[in-house]
Amino acid sequence: MLPTLRELIAALQEKRLSSVELTQHYLKRIQHNSGLNAFISLDEEHALKQAKHADERLQQGKAGQLTGIPIAHKDLFCTTRMPTTCGSHMLANFNSPYQATVVERLAQQGAITLGKTNMDEFAMGSSNENSYFGAVKNPWDTSRVPGGSSGGSAAAVAAGLTAFATGSDTGGSVRQPAAFCGISGIKPTYGLLSRFGMVAYASSLDQAGPMARSADDLAIILQAMAGFDPRDSTSIDQKIPDYSASLDQSLKGLRIGLPSCFFHEDVDPAIQSAIRTAVDCLLQAGAILVEMDLPLQPLWVPCYYVIACAEASSNLSRYDGLRFGYRSQKNDSIKTLITASRSEAFGAEVKRRILTGTHVLSSGYYDAYYLQALKIRRLIQEELLSNLNKVDVILGPTTPTTAFRLGEPVSNPVQAYLADVFTVAANLAGLPALSIPAGFSAGLPIGLQLMSKPFSEARLLNVAHQYQRMTDWHKSRPGEV
Amino acid sequence: MAWDTVMGLEVHAQLSTRSKLFSASATEFGAAANTHTSYIDAGFPGTLPVLNQDVVRMAIQFGLAINAEINDNSYFERKNYFYPDLPKGYQISQFERPIVGKGELVLDMGEGRRKTVSILRAHLEEDAGKSLHDQRLGLTGIDLNRAGTPLLEIVTAPCFDSSEEVLQYLKDLRQLLRFLGICDGNMQEGSFRCDVNISLKPAGSSTLGTRTELKNLNSFRFIEKAIAYEQARHQDILEQNRQVIQETRLFCTVTESTQSMRSKENENDYRYFPDPDLLPIAISSQDLQSIKASMPPLPADIKEQLRLDERLQEEDLQFLLGSPAIYQFFLKVQEHSEADKKTIINWMKGQYMATLNDNGLDFESAPLPADLLGALLTCVHQKSVSNASARQIFTRLWAGERNLEDLVKQSNAGQIQDTEQLMTLIDSLIDQYPQQAAEYRQGKEKLLAFFVGQVMKASKGKGSPEVISALLKRVFQQQI
Repeated sequence: MLPTLRELIAALQEKRLSSVELTQHYLKRIQHNSGLNAFISLDEEHALKQAKHADERLQQGKAGQLTGIPIAHKDLFCTTRMPTTCGSHMLANFNSPYQATVVERLAQQGAITLGKTNMDEFAMGSSNENSYFGAVKNPWDTSRVPGGSSGGSAAAVAAGLTAFATGSDTGGSVRQPAAFCGISGIKPTYGLLSRFGMVAYASSLDQAGPMARSADDLAIILQAMAGFDPRDSTSIDQKIPDYSASLDQSLKGLRIGLPSCFFHEDVDPAIQSAIRTAVDCLLQAGAILVEMDLPLQPLWVPCYYVIACAEASSNLSRYDGLRFGYRSQKNDSIKTLITASRSEAFGAEVKRRILTGTHVLSSGYYDAYYLQALKIRRLIQEELLSNLNKVDVILGPTTPTTAFRLGEPVSNPVQAYLADVFTVAANLAGLPALSIPAGFSAGLPIGLQLMSKPFSEARLLNVAHQYQRMTDWHKSRPGEV
Repeated sequence: MAWDTVMGLEVHAQLSTRSKLFSASATEFGAAANTHTSYIDAGFPGTLPVLNQDVVRMAIQFGLAINAEINDNSYFERKNYFYPDLPKGYQISQFERPIVGKGELVLDMGEGRRKTVSILRAHLEEDAGKSLHDQRLGLTGIDLNRAGTPLLEIVTAPCFDSSEEVLQYLKDLRQLLRFLGICDGNMQEGSFRCDVNISLKPAGSSTLGTRTELKNLNSFRFIEKAIAYEQARHQDILEQNRQVIQETRLFCTVTESTQSMRSKENENDYRYFPDPDLLPIAISSQDLQSIKASMPPLPADIKEQLRLDERLQEEDLQFLLGSPAIYQFFLKVQEHSEADKKTIINWMKGQYMATLNDNGLDFESAPLPADLLGALLTCVHQKSVSNASARQIFTRLWAGERNLEDLVKQSNAGQIQDTEQLMTLIDSLIDQYPQQAAEYRQGKEKLLAFFVGQVMKASKGKGSPEVISALLKRVFQQQI
């Protein structure tokens, strides 16, 4: 069994284990599991140097909360070491001159960066097959996808290649791969984690989040990552609670909302039954069940794709080949240079979303698509918030299916969009949501999603932790490949 | 056939902030290319804009000055288009809900005539960078120093019918912005730019004709010429029963004509949408109150105040309102002097201005402090020195002497060489050495010392070298 982050921290602080040993252990495992293709860049030498330094600080008793813990960052977080590629040919050569705020915060707590993880290009995708650096394989079944877009991070945590990893979630990109890989991941409230230095996909939906082995681990990591950042205008300036302090709170009287729409016929029956078993488990711990309807659920995915693509089409306009990133050889006019650079360096899914976004913002279509989507977004938000006044958490499956086969989604992009069917709501409404393992179907992990009111991460982590005290799903690990 | 010209203006005023609209880079003009360019200005991946709060105050000050509605919840939108000097592929601007709504500016057209200009809106936006085509052969350079500089775009209704009105509006608007301290009004450096929308219609008709938009107008003179050219062009087309094409035209300063830049069909679809990286600009009534309380006096109010003094003429007012620095200097002199307004203005316009001009300076960098001038004018006012003596003392003060009391004493004891006497000597010496005088004028500046020596010798050492050299410079300048 793999140790938890809390156990690793204790082992380092009590000197039962050195950071150098731990770093070497992970580097060896990364090497051994290179077939998963979880990493885009590795920084072995520097990581070992950092580990040596961490051991000195641990010796001197000057350690931070995460001193000596080796971690990995999704490759859309800007780092001054290693390129920040976003899984794209466009940024394959991009070396950032600055660090993302969440990277800085984790480094300040002493975490060591092993490398940068693979991802769907510009975080667009739910299978990690849209990466310029190749698909990532699911450690539970290497013929299957790890989910996306934070597929590299999910696979790395599941296979024990890192203590934990960062991810980003625009429509489910932390929770969906967490579900597919049998790990725990949280998308916090919009504004809790700074977006500075996290390459934008859809700015009003993007939020960073940690991916780890348990809710208990997530509490430690979120504590280090959260906080106001004056460099991000949408970052929220408020006191961060102690996430670990409330983990042991009892579930007595917890009101769980169970929306009927999460159990429709398209949802894998094994997943439905796993979720119902999880509900029973929580009821035994004193929770109360509240059945509910979310009539706007069918509009979640269409609304999400209109808004996400609109923002993406504008966010990705800066990749013109002029100041950074890929530049085409075809340069007989400025128009040719920009067009060729973008045509050659963006992948198919990115192009599809740029075109969709450009269309929905175009004059004559704006009112029918973009404006309409904004109105629906407001309604979805209101529906969720009014329901969250009646319950503490909304519970359901993270995804309608378990991990699909490699190659499946590419043939049908719209079908692939349905992988986000339960996750996008939290992004549209800015709510915190997490996914934790809740069983298996034919050997593949099942994810359970909990969603709650803005800034109630402590409550979500508490419920997830209590569930994990009563179950062992999160302790299962894939066999060696 | 008789035609009415109808014009509307769009002015881009660069707000005088130290840093840019969304980054901490300096806005200073004229720095080496890309030295005032942060990663935010260059649109690097992962960077985010953070609003400079100074611009909000400035925009609101302008709004209050034109009695406009201030939007308590305006927001930024993205204007999407590709251009090499537009780093993000979009410009952050305001579209649906600008910070300043409808307002008006009353123009003083002289001889008691007034014209009310209807201002439709004023919104905040970032400037683009510059493409440089003349730095390296066959290559275009990009300078992003200007990218992200804050602009206030001020849009009027089509309410002007002559270039006289247009120019008066631009002058009054520029003066207002400068007195508010929110724009330096420098047209050469592009801090105050103007686009003119122009159309012609049959005299008296209530329907507007097809308009063209004139760009690249960086001086009042060019604006006048461009309007005249475009008026004639429209009239020609209309009288031949042809259609004016709606398009943007560039004014060429060499040929003094306008040329088509792009027609309406070729305009971008800008796909405006609210910028998700920025929060709406919320303005509370307290914010508004505190900005209202901190408003400097406006040019119109200053004029009204000054007009109460019947001795002051229209030119005096024009002079004082010529720049905020002149007016501030005037106020300071007044604060330190018993002399009346008219005396102060006469001295500032006369002796002081002439000396500044001789030295290539202006009131912004005036070396002789206002309080000292004020004290000197008090002496004039009290008649403790004559006007002629005061002019000589002024020259000594200009030359760096600071003890006014001593100078007044010396002057009254006849120790200060009479300027008139020195001037006569200078004139005769220049006549006596035509060769040296010609060489000095051609740039051989060392020869000034020669003349100073000659004048000192001729005056038997009574005139100070500083005074003499200042007088010499003035004489030479006047002769050119």
